[in-house]
Amino acid sequence: MDTYEPHIYELSAPGKHGTNLPRLDVPEAALPTALLRQDGMNDFPELTEPEVMRHYTRISQRNASPDTMMYPLGSCTMKATPKLHEEVARYAGFAAAHPLQDESLSQGALQLMYELQDYLGEISGFEAVSLQPAAGAQGEFTGILAFRAYHLDRGDLDRTEVLVPNAAHGTNPATAAMVGLKVVELKSNARGNVDMDDLRAKLSPRTAGMMLTNPNTLGLFEDQIVEICQLVHEAGGLMYGDGANFNAILGIAKPGKLGFDFMHYNLHKTFTTPHGGGGPGSGAVGCTAELAPFLPGPRVRQTASGNYELFTPEKSIGRMKAFHGNFAMLVRAWTYIRTLGAAGLREVSEIAVLNANYVRVKLKDIYPQAVDRICMHETVLKGQIAGAQGIRTLDIAKRLIDYGFHPPTVYFPLIVPEALMIEPTETEGKRTLDIFIQAMRDIAREAVETPDVLHDAPTTAPVRRLDEVRAARQPILRYNAEAFAQILNEQ
Amino acid sequence: MSHYISITATERAEMLKAIGVASTDDMFVDVPEGWRFPALDLPAPMSEPELVRALLARSNKNAHVHTHSIFLGAGAYNHFVPTAIDQILRRGEYYTSYTPYQPEISQGTLQAIFEYQSMICSLTGMEIANASHYDGATALAEAAIMALNVTRNRRKIVVARSVNPQYRAVLRTYLQGLEIEVVGDETPGSSIDDALALVDKQTALLIVQSPDFFGRMHDLRGLAEKVQAQGALLCVHFDPLALGLFQTPAEVGADIATAEGQPLGLGLNFGGPYLGVFTTRQKHVHKIAGRIVGVTKDVDGQLAYVLTLRAREQDIRRERATSNICTNQGLMALAATVYMSLMGRQGMRNVAELCYHRAHYAAEALARLPGYQVEPGTFFKEFVVHCPRPVAELNAALREHQIVGGYDLAEDEPTLGNAMLLAVTEMNSKADIDRLVELLGQFG
Repeated sequence: MDTYEPHIYELSAPGKHGTNLPRLDVPEAALPTALLRQDGMNDFPELTEPEVMRHYTRISQRNASPDTMMYPLGSCTMKATPKLHEEVARYAGFAAAHPLQDESLSQGALQLMYELQDYLGEISGFEAVSLQPAAGAQGEFTGILAFRAYHLDRGDLDRTEVLVPNAAHGTNPATAAMVGLKVVELKSNARGNVDMDDLRAKLSPRTAGMMLTNPNTLGLFEDQIVEICQLVHEAGGLMYGDGANFNAILGIAKPGKLGFDFMHYNLHKTFTTPHGGGGPGSGAVGCTAELAPFLPGPRVRQTASGNYELFTPEKSIGRMKAFHGNFAMLVRAWTYIRTLGAAGLREVSEIAVLNANYVRVKLKDIYPQAVDRICMHETVLKGQIAGAQGIRTLDIAKRLIDYGFHPPTVYFPLIVPEALMIEPTETEGKRTLDIFIQAMRDIAREAVETPDVLHDAPTTAPVRRLDEVRAARQPILRYNAEAFAQILNEQ
Repeated sequence: MSHYISITATERAEMLKAIGVASTDDMFVDVPEGWRFPALDLPAPMSEPELVRALLARSNKNAHVHTHSIFLGAGAYNHFVPTAIDQILRRGEYYTSYTPYQPEISQGTLQAIFEYQSMICSLTGMEIANASHYDGATALAEAAIMALNVTRNRRKIVVARSVNPQYRAVLRTYLQGLEIEVVGDETPGSSIDDALALVDKQTALLIVQSPDFFGRMHDLRGLAEKVQAQGALLCVHFDPLALGLFQTPAEVGADIATAEGQPLGLGLNFGGPYLGVFTTRQKHVHKIAGRIVGVTKDVDGQLAYVLTLRAREQDIRRERATSNICTNQGLMALAATVYMSLMGRQGMRNVAELCYHRAHYAAEALARLPGYQVEPGTFFKEFVVHCPRPVAELNAALREHQIVGGYDLAEDEPTLGNAMLLAVTEMNSKADIDRLVELLGQFG
């Protein structure tokens, strides 16, 4: 079936529209002619509702998704999205409430936020939670701004460095730079953990803090975490926890108790709020009592009379965004926590870790492990297959598409050559894992026997491998009839 | 075992054996013993029917657009959300997938983002748009960072007082670590010209909003030339629905134009998720933050979409990236795309006309009430009314009649006295407006 779907501008015909708006029931007021738009918006599309629906339904079918296949994208926790959440988040009292309406009219929404603050604090061992940040990267930004504000508030003016392991997500160093701090990179040791000697050597009176993902991006728990936190604290620094991998440790460990001072939760990873094709996320943050005064506002508190109200912490770094956070995502995370309770959350992490280790042991004889250890919720393997010539991890990833799987994260972490970062999540069953494992083993055999099958992959997807250089060299970033015609004519 | 877990007890045992550990707990020996398996003090789990009841109970405590007549805006608006949008958003192919890193199996998301970029460019007249920011406030803050990177070695951002106070707050949050001076908005009632007077050779960016926080529309023609004469850039923050009728940021020569995309079919959602719209000139494409989708061919020559110009992004450039942004507001951009497709050229104009005419009808009726004065000036859908009593009192009285009144400016702009910022959209019928006016007349 040819699934190509034209750009929506090519489906447009003058005079059509796809909505049924209210009629004008008041007299027309004079328009300020000097301020009117000069062009006729002539290139704006014009379609009917059925045409729009078919268009966006058709192109949706050119997408893979966790609803249609296993999507083991490491570090992204592509677990199944509970369907109840999609209903409850759309209840009118949530979806159609104005963020600035009087607090007396918003008690249900504020109650839910208050409860979620409490649950997230309990799960992570932190005293205070702000739900405002919009995504994990914004949570990181919040935390490092809070570190800066904390040091300045104490008159500690020279803490200008943030320690970041070389295995870290790119958001960590990018965040430190946005706060105007210098990134000091830390080495990893042979066990895939922070190199303690390097850490000791790089801690100094300039250390504002350290950013660490635990389990780290190799899927390994930093077993010296308590000592790491102590060393950073002794040097006067603060510990930031990147919560991207929190799915591994629900009920297994509390970052706040291990010694972290601040962390973000990716509600769209651990707490099932859907990934949306690239957001919205939600990057709520938790911290110690000492850092709580610096959190962004507004937060929610309960008054003596039992009502809920918004407040801004006294030394707040300020707002991270308008209003109170990605509220509809908070409703989903609340629902998830109340569905599972303490035992259910621990089970999530147990099975996430079980599934990752099962994949690991079934593949490590063919795909070398980055570090030969029990892993947490994800495993990092290398696409270095013995006897295969001219095969890269990219080829393996693309061939997986033909087998009906979304590829894992590839070439990350940067410290592992030809990395394949596989995170099955707890919602995959053993049957699916076994099919995935068999696919990976079959691909390894093909890599040796018929390598061109891999080089040509994928052949079953809506399109085949792309000329990404052309996209960057001759950027077409909006609809352009001539450029489209040229590409279509070249076929 | 919860209904989200697909591993049976028997399978778990088989898998543990394959892994070579005796028990599940043995997989966690790397966690220091004294910290391992802490108790979680959480409420007991609930069944789906119990959850529905608990959530409905919370939802039902809130006022919303179906229980109340809403005249509150101030950055979030009660606009029409066509039903068809949610039918698309609920497709698992869109909402359960993630960032389209694997273009061969993400053409749906990629094409939708590309169509979003195309429509935002058509709407604004601007040359390029990115795939979205978190909201209007953060899009504006990222505009400031981009301007600092474009102009180089300039340390000053000028922002007009009439820009939404929450956005100005976010701007300061974003820049607090970078030794940047943010000025221009200190004096209540100061104008865009007052802000312009502060633009000098040290200035990277002037930020103005039109319609501004108070709803006023400004004729911005000629402003860009004056700003650019100092080597600075101009950012215009706009309302996407105003552009169905009014001057576009491109027509006034803006270098950057940002918006809160919530009016484009997103619903109020008690403040989020919304959509940060970001547009600029082609020549700045390597300096912008966030994701961008481009067009190319596959090996068979088929037209295809792909994330492009990725060397700006944090996962590649790390501390030298243009921003730390990763996850953005993808699904909200899709909602806006479907909204704009459904509205089309005519619908965008019709919505703008409905807002404009109904808001003016409301303003004229209020101006006739004794004790009320409407702030003079040209406006789109929001305007300031000076009231005979504190706005908090009037709003409390309106609540008794299932009306959410306008935004109380007492905290942000105390010098305005008893001033209410009223928003009137295509969702407020003549009957709603007449009722509001009648009640305000009684309470005044």
